[in-house]
Amino acid sequence: MSNNDPIIEIEGLYTRFGSHVIHENISLSVYRGEILALVGGSGSGKTTLLRQMLGLETPAQGSVKILGHSRYDCGLELSRSLRNRSGVLFQQGALFSALNVYDNIALPLRELHCLPEEMIRDLVMLKLGMVEVAAEHANKMPAELSGGMIKRVALARALALDPELLFLDEPTAGLDPALSESFVKLIQTLRQELTLTIIMVTHDLDTLAAISTRVAVLADQRLVASGKLADIIKIDHPFIKDFFLGERGRNALRNALTLP
Amino acid sequence: MLSSNRSDDTSPWYQMIVEENVPCIKLTGSYTLAALDQELRKVSTRLTRFAAQSDLHWDLTGIQQMDHAGAILIWRAWGMHRPAYLSIRPEQERLFAHLEKVHPAPKPVRRDILWPILTLGRRYFLFWDHLIGIITLSGQVLLNVFYLIKHPNQIPLREISANLFRTGAQALSITALVGFLIGIVLSYLSSEQLHTYGADVFIVNILGMSIIRELGPMLAAILVAGRSGSSMTAQLGVMRVTEELDALTVMGIPHSLRLVLPKIIGLGIAMPLVVLWTSAIAMLGGILAADLQIGLNYQYSLSSLPDAVPVANLWIGMGKGVVCGMVIALIACHFGLRIKPNTESLGEGTTNSVVTSITAVIFIDAIFAIIFSNVGLKIAG
Repeated sequence: MSNNDPIIEIEGLYTRFGSHVIHENISLSVYRGEILALVGGSGSGKTTLLRQMLGLETPAQGSVKILGHSRYDCGLELSRSLRNRSGVLFQQGALFSALNVYDNIALPLRELHCLPEEMIRDLVMLKLGMVEVAAEHANKMPAELSGGMIKRVALARALALDPELLFLDEPTAGLDPALSESFVKLIQTLRQELTLTIIMVTHDLDTLAAISTRVAVLADQRLVASGKLADIIKIDHPFIKDFFLGERGRNALRNALTLP
Repeated sequence: MLSSNRSDDTSPWYQMIVEENVPCIKLTGSYTLAALDQELRKVSTRLTRFAAQSDLHWDLTGIQQMDHAGAILIWRAWGMHRPAYLSIRPEQERLFAHLEKVHPAPKPVRRDILWPILTLGRRYFLFWDHLIGIITLSGQVLLNVFYLIKHPNQIPLREISANLFRTGAQALSITALVGFLIGIVLSYLSSEQLHTYGADVFIVNILGMSIIRELGPMLAAILVAGRSGSSMTAQLGVMRVTEELDALTVMGIPHSLRLVLPKIIGLGIAMPLVVLWTSAIAMLGGILAADLQIGLNYQYSLSSLPDAVPVANLWIGMGKGVVCGMVIALIACHFGLRIKPNTESLGEGTTNSVVTSITAVIFIDAIFAIIFSNVGLKIAG
């Protein structure tokens, strides 16, 4: 498959909640192998846009195409296969609290109804190993896990089906710096091993600078810029200036851009 | 030599070739979960068969795409170790390196042999735990009442009135419907029997005594326990899940004062009124059915009601309402405050709350029946 094939295509998207306009004419394409970071102020509709890509919400107008198929009017079979080809890490993890860690990760695999149980066991333990969760935690319930652990188990579940497309909603929010660092490393390793396209919503400049290959900026209901981080920060826009060129932003960028 | 006509020598997944007199299996295609799908078991058994030949060369460089599921499939076919002759691409090498390090799954925790005794013991202690919890909570509420008597400006009036509206006013329609139907059924069944003996007029006594003293309060209490008790438990439970209870504690606002007390007082006031309402509608249904069924004039029924039923029965019914209302609210709050922050616990807590309060309501009824066995009953003879 050529690299110029957009894996996600959003065209002319409008979102309104009552009379409140969230998005105005947003068009955005995501290409295979990219790590796209969606940034924007609070209330700028980043999470809403992510949910529209996931098919959890429908925009007032415009189209969202995932892997070449429209998100909203494809049949049941197709919609199911599209969902199996993408994984989602929700902000709070969204682990099923009635199932233990092992069963949480095994659930999407069992739902395929084609894998033998021994293979599911190996896959689950492999994913747990990848996110660096020790095997003895496999029988714990989500309520017994710490916040960082929940994130990692949720990532393991998102990766259970080896998706081509991974959505991350604030992946490092609520993690301590060391955990964020290892999370970033993890994403980088995964990208080398699997052909992954990642779309993430984040506020964390360090994460953004470390792993994103492209940044899309949402402000004033529009997509004001999209491109490499180095190009984005040269754009003269009040939100971009505040976000990237404040003191914290400059620190994060200095580390990321000057050191190769 | 090439493809020696055996059907499983070629397939979209692999090719058997012989290079320089060395048998070689060349894997082709995409070894991904999406591509393998329903073929998976078939491919797996074929590859396992090939892996039995120890001199076979495995060539994985022809694989277009491989994910973890594909790697595990090949790894299991090999019998969890690398074959002697293997050519592989570096990114595949990394996948297999992961697999070599995979931990075995821990064994699920096995049940103790003594589990029936342990479960029984745990139940027993849990029962005492709940009982002590409820007594503690009611003690706390009592202390709050004393505190409020000293500081009357801190009485949570808004919360009490909100609870009155939610548990009282909003329960009127459902209790009326159920009461009316029960009244009709009761009257319909007993009036026919009485008619055979020519004792038509006694229908008023039967309806009056049973509805005002027993059925009205019990119907109302059971409906309210299911309706308001469950919602109170769920409300407190969700407040625990969203950490609102902790926020209140941190602000120095005691749960028992701001959340539990208004619910107990609110339901304590609303319940006798709901009882009165349910009894009235049930009587109405009964009298109406008697009029239609055996032609007993409704005006006669209404006028003879005060003679048939001593007014003490009404007070007993309403007294049951007050006690049941307060107990339902207390039990609902007790279970609500004990909910742990997960979905499982929320469901379990709500169920336990409703079951316990309905049981408690029936116990209270029995206690009232014993205490007031000499009050409000006309003993014949």
